[in-house]
Amino acid sequence: MQGIEQIIRSFIVENFLFGDEGRAPAADDSFLELGIIDSTGVLELVTFLEQSFGFKVRDAELLPENLDTIDAVAAYIRRKNADA
Amino acid sequence: MCGIAGIVSVAGDPVRREQLERMIATIRYRGPDETGVHLGSNGSVGLAHARLSIIDLASGRQPMANADRSIWITFNGEIFNYVELRAQLMRQGRKFATQSDTEVVLQMYEVYGEDCVDRFNGDWAFAIWDSRQRKLFASRDRAGVRPFFYADTPKAFVFASEAKAVLCHPAVAATVDLDALDQIFTFWCPLPPRTFFSNVRQLPPAHSLVLHDGRMRIWRYWQLDFATAEKLVSEVDAAARLEEILTDATRLRLRSDVPVGAYLSGGLDSSVVTALAQRCSGGRVRTFSVAFEDAEFDESSYQQEVAGSLSTEHETLRCSKADICRAFPDLVRHAEQPLLRTAPVPLYLLSALVRRASYKVVLTGEGADEFLGGYDIFKEAKIRRFWGRQPASNWRPLLLRRLYPYLPHFRAQSDAYRSSFFRVSTDDLASPFFSHLPRWELTSRAKAFLSDDVRAQQARGDTYHELATCLPSSFASWSELGRAQYLEASMLLPGYILSSQGDRVAMAHSIEGRFPFLDHRVIEFASRLPASLKMKVLNEKYILKRAATHLVPETVCRRPKQPYRAPDAASFIDVQRGQARAEYVAEALSPESVRRTGLFDPLAVRMLYQKALRGRLIGAADNMAFVGILSTQLLARQFNCVSTGAV
Repeated sequence: MQGIEQIIRSFIVENFLFGDEGRAPAADDSFLELGIIDSTGVLELVTFLEQSFGFKVRDAELLPENLDTIDAVAAYIRRKNADA
Repeated sequence: MCGIAGIVSVAGDPVRREQLERMIATIRYRGPDETGVHLGSNGSVGLAHARLSIIDLASGRQPMANADRSIWITFNGEIFNYVELRAQLMRQGRKFATQSDTEVVLQMYEVYGEDCVDRFNGDWAFAIWDSRQRKLFASRDRAGVRPFFYADTPKAFVFASEAKAVLCHPAVAATVDLDALDQIFTFWCPLPPRTFFSNVRQLPPAHSLVLHDGRMRIWRYWQLDFATAEKLVSEVDAAARLEEILTDATRLRLRSDVPVGAYLSGGLDSSVVTALAQRCSGGRVRTFSVAFEDAEFDESSYQQEVAGSLSTEHETLRCSKADICRAFPDLVRHAEQPLLRTAPVPLYLLSALVRRASYKVVLTGEGADEFLGGYDIFKEAKIRRFWGRQPASNWRPLLLRRLYPYLPHFRAQSDAYRSSFFRVSTDDLASPFFSHLPRWELTSRAKAFLSDDVRAQQARGDTYHELATCLPSSFASWSELGRAQYLEASMLLPGYILSSQGDRVAMAHSIEGRFPFLDHRVIEFASRLPASLKMKVLNEKYILKRAATHLVPETVCRRPKQPYRAPDAASFIDVQRGQARAEYVAEALSPESVRRTGLFDPLAVRMLYQKALRGRLIGAADNMAFVGILSTQLLARQFNCVSTGAV
């Protein structure tokens, strides 16, 4: 797994799975379907992205397409950084 | 209201007075006015009582005997229609030695036997020893206001108002029922007869029990029924009838030889009760409220408005996060089961204020949300069901925006995420628990913190199975709202609202709560109203609002519903300083403590605690896990739960 993906994965395991590596999602597993992130958990993820990667997540970007898998989040970060 | 306890010897060992005295002493706060013990002549039975004198202060001592002293009772609660029942019995030629409702219960038993409870309007938990038949008869009120715990051991049948008094008996060890823990971390409460302790059982609401010749028989004497009444009733008639029954329910609940106050939350239900109390008593009612430093939870402006409008003599308790943290261990000891919310704590502190004001009895508004359709979970289910009929619809899930306007993080979610969380599957639509699945699944996330050992010992994979076996046979034929109301009224109401947040926090300071909305006539009437009169489109408690228009200020009827809540994990953590507000928090959640208890995974708990210290516990699931784990850890230590075991 590459750098950004690894950072996302570590954040997920630490903050939502409280260290349970056995439940760590694969790169394309849906956080919602696995019950990893609850309805407010996405706000934690957004705060983390904004603090760690230095961009603002716009309301219109709060979509499962951007934030529901490790791969999707990593791709979203790369797009945001490319736009900056 | 009072505390009761008792022992029936099964193996022939005589019941010892000191044992009964020890049991009743552990719950003395339930009845600080006097205590009494009765030992049967051959030592096979003993009853104990701690009295909170409310009716017939001079002669209502307990345990009380009938005229020939062959039947004895220890009684907790009130039979509000005792005046009418007493008059009926006197017309039948019976004579009374006291003015108390306790003697009415005794004589009703003498006349009607175990069916006497069918005629009671009240909140009760009692045990009657009938020495003629060598039989113990115990019963608990319909809604589950008053508690009755017991242990059926090979040596003795032991019972009391609280589990801690039962655990006082040497034959009853404090071990954790791991299946009950699983249920609490799903439903917020164990399913009766389970309790947090595997050796202690609770008599379910609306049930009676007989112990005779060493054999125990338990049966249901009354059933919630949400089948819509066949006879259609107009809105006008329904509102008028509801007001009529509620008024009478309040009138009966003002019967007392000490003053009766009222809790005022600022919402519709307690405002209606207070208004009716003023109407029935013809005087100025003393009212009490909780206010919060944190604006997210505070309703004091509404409370002041209602108090002013109704001209009550009003007093407010201001509650801070530090207050909640300080009182939490005491609250847990009183509640005797893990808590997923801190909301009972402010009510625990409020009952102390009521006591300081020299009051013993308060009216409250509990029960309206359950039976008249007030909770957001009913709205949530209605929207999800509506969406489930057209799953591809883009606009139907937008109705989810109407939910939980008081939750800031919920408001901040995007529609896409909100819809994903509440998504409706075909399996969900077919489930009898459709209305409650999102809540239960959210709560269940806390189970990820259970230790591997506990998970291995828990008996079932399917938490819902035990519940499914308890549903009434007609459940499937009820409306969607009726089914949701049943789940709420049969589980959370007695298992949490009336116990951890009701009886236990009030009785901790010797305060008796009375609930006009839980008068069985109100329950039976409201349960069978058409769903559209309770939830009109998405307007909750519609018929109560109609009935209340001339009772309470219009703004109270119009204001958006705000359920009573308190700050959860934030109560325990000073985020600015990055530390717990009290040493016990860090200690209870330390890896050593967690390992010693054996119920949770030490590493996971440590990470949850660290997340809390960073101020990152914002979601409901994390908050429930934090409070649930902390309370379980405290309980395990307070009750010295040295081992665990599933049943």
